Amino acid sequence: MKGYGSVQVCDLWVDLEEFHLRQVNLDVAAGEYFVVLGPTGAGKTVLLEAIAGLHQPRQGRILIDGEDVTNVPPERRGVGFVYQDYMLFPHLSVAENISFGLKLRGLGRGIIEERVTAISQLLSIDHLLHRRPGTLSGGEQQRVALARALVVEPRLLLLDEPLSALDPGMREGLQRELARVHRELDTTTVHVTHDFEEAVALGDRIAVVNEGRVVQVGSPEEIFRKPDSEFVARFVGVRNIFRGEVRSGEDGYKVLPLNGVEVAVVTGLTGRVHASIRPEDIVISREPLQSSARNSFRGRIVDIADRGSVVYVTVRVPSAPQGKPPDFISMITRRSLEEMELKEGLEVYIAFKASAVHAF
Amino acid sequence: MKALFANRMHVSFVVLGSLLILFIAVPLLRTVTASNPAVLWQTLLDEEVRGSMGLTFYASLVATGLAFVCGVPLAYLLARADFPGKQLVEGIIDVPIVVPHSAAGIALLMVFGKRTPLGQAFSLFGLKFVSATPGIVIAMLFVSLSFLVNAAREGFEAVDPRLERVARTLGASPWRAFWRVSFPLAWRSILSGMILMWARGLSEFGAVVILAYHPMVAPILIYERFESFGLRYARPVATLMILTCLLTFVALRLIARRKGKGA
Repeated sequence: MKGYGSVQVCDLWVDLEEFHLRQVNLDVAAGEYFVVLGPTGAGKTVLLEAIAGLHQPRQGRILIDGEDVTNVPPERRGVGFVYQDYMLFPHLSVAENISFGLKLRGLGRGIIEERVTAISQLLSIDHLLHRRPGTLSGGEQQRVALARALVVEPRLLLLDEPLSALDPGMREGLQRELARVHRELDTTTVHVTHDFEEAVALGDRIAVVNEGRVVQVGSPEEIFRKPDSEFVARFVGVRNIFRGEVRSGEDGYKVLPLNGVEVAVVTGLTGRVHASIRPEDIVISREPLQSSARNSFRGRIVDIADRGSVVYVTVRVPSAPQGKPPDFISMITRRSLEEMELKEGLEVYIAFKASAVHAF
Repeated sequence: MKALFANRMHVSFVVLGSLLILFIAVPLLRTVTASNPAVLWQTLLDEEVRGSMGLTFYASLVATGLAFVCGVPLAYLLARADFPGKQLVEGIIDVPIVVPHSAAGIALLMVFGKRTPLGQAFSLFGLKFVSATPGIVIAMLFVSLSFLVNAAREGFEAVDPRLERVARTLGASPWRAFWRVSFPLAWRSILSGMILMWARGLSEFGAVVILAYHPMVAPILIYERFESFGLRYARPVATLMILTCLLTFVALRLIARRKGKGA
């Protein structure tokens, strides 16, 4: 199963009740995992539905594989669509849901059965085929929705907040599943979300949208390191986000090396992961800290950003000579800043618990 | 399930509500029990009674069928589309519920009568409405179609339009998305609307009597026997009609419910 389809959205305007897209331009490469990130009400769903052909744009063009599909009805665009709340056909069994698109194509029974089996094995739902959607958990329903969209081998997979309705445990599992399925099938994917970590974990590139406009497009790194507008900076927030390869350590902890700086983490994951630490979880002091926190480092203050009552202090921890030393951002109150008399260039100690590191 | 007699308020509501239930049940029960089974059997053998009951069921079924063909698409539009004058259309659908049915009969007569253009046009195809079965059908259609259209519209409104959108992306044309997704999901509501409409058509007197006194539907037959021969002669026919309607209605409800559960 291979689906390669590039997507170009050119100067797209859509008006739909209270949602509007204004002059949206996107260029998604074939096989890319592209994330559209934005707050609720930004018009993300409308954008996906417009790409699927479910809304007629007022102006602009949509190209799939270079073919202008602006006036092509949804059934002939070759896209798969997955909604946040699954939208499984409640009157059909899981197998009938998955085979829905194949039957419309008039395929033979044998082929349908073969492909339904293949896709449900890929998504580990082959034991659910005879069940009704209403009897499945959220995670299972979303896998079925994914199977139903993928089984017809779409040129393009559109995912509308596919993880948002799931509880946190399920969400992580399905997020990894999405990454794996994308690696295996290479289907061009446009994934809409309001969750920054989800966007970072999955996206090759991210487009940030707000009020119907695309405000920034770039790699996850670019988006959070160099937000090019006040909105993006605020929406993404100040974060410590790292990438690394988790390996097992001692005492039940795992170790995540960041350019020679070894951070202890608590996670079930292994291999390459992202890790985030909330700035308020990083404690800063001028003396070495005596605490239960597993992670304690000495570094130098490279930046102090004043945000009114709180202050973000960036501490660079020296690392192995070849790598770029990691920066940790700590949030403290203005009062602590004054009490500790922190200044740029000063040597300080930072500490955070292994459980404060969220690997994803 | 909450207890029926949970508090004093519930108890007084139970008393008040029971009055209504008894108001329906007692007269029906009284009518049914008053008739001697032998007389009932004899009535059932009466050619005129059987013919009239058959005609009633048949005409109402045809009316329901006509309303299904045009009413389901209308209900779908009302559930899915927004257009200027939509409220007017919804109002028109409900009008037959509020106008006196004899007035509805008069109104139909004005359009489908023998000397009207429409009446003459239909007579070219051998279709006449006054004192004929088609007249009974349109009278029943007029007074009962609201039930089907409203029930079907509610059924379609309960189907998330995104289900249709998913079907479209999976390769379904609008027609196929309708037949494979929206219609089956709204079917239970449509079916219960059809049952309601059919039952309402069976009982129609006012509109039918204006357009077609003959051939006689059961409600008119009951009325005629009452007028010409008195209560004793009208009662067995009334009893038969009540029993048949109740049995069919309960049976259809049960079937509809089972189907709903299966889906």
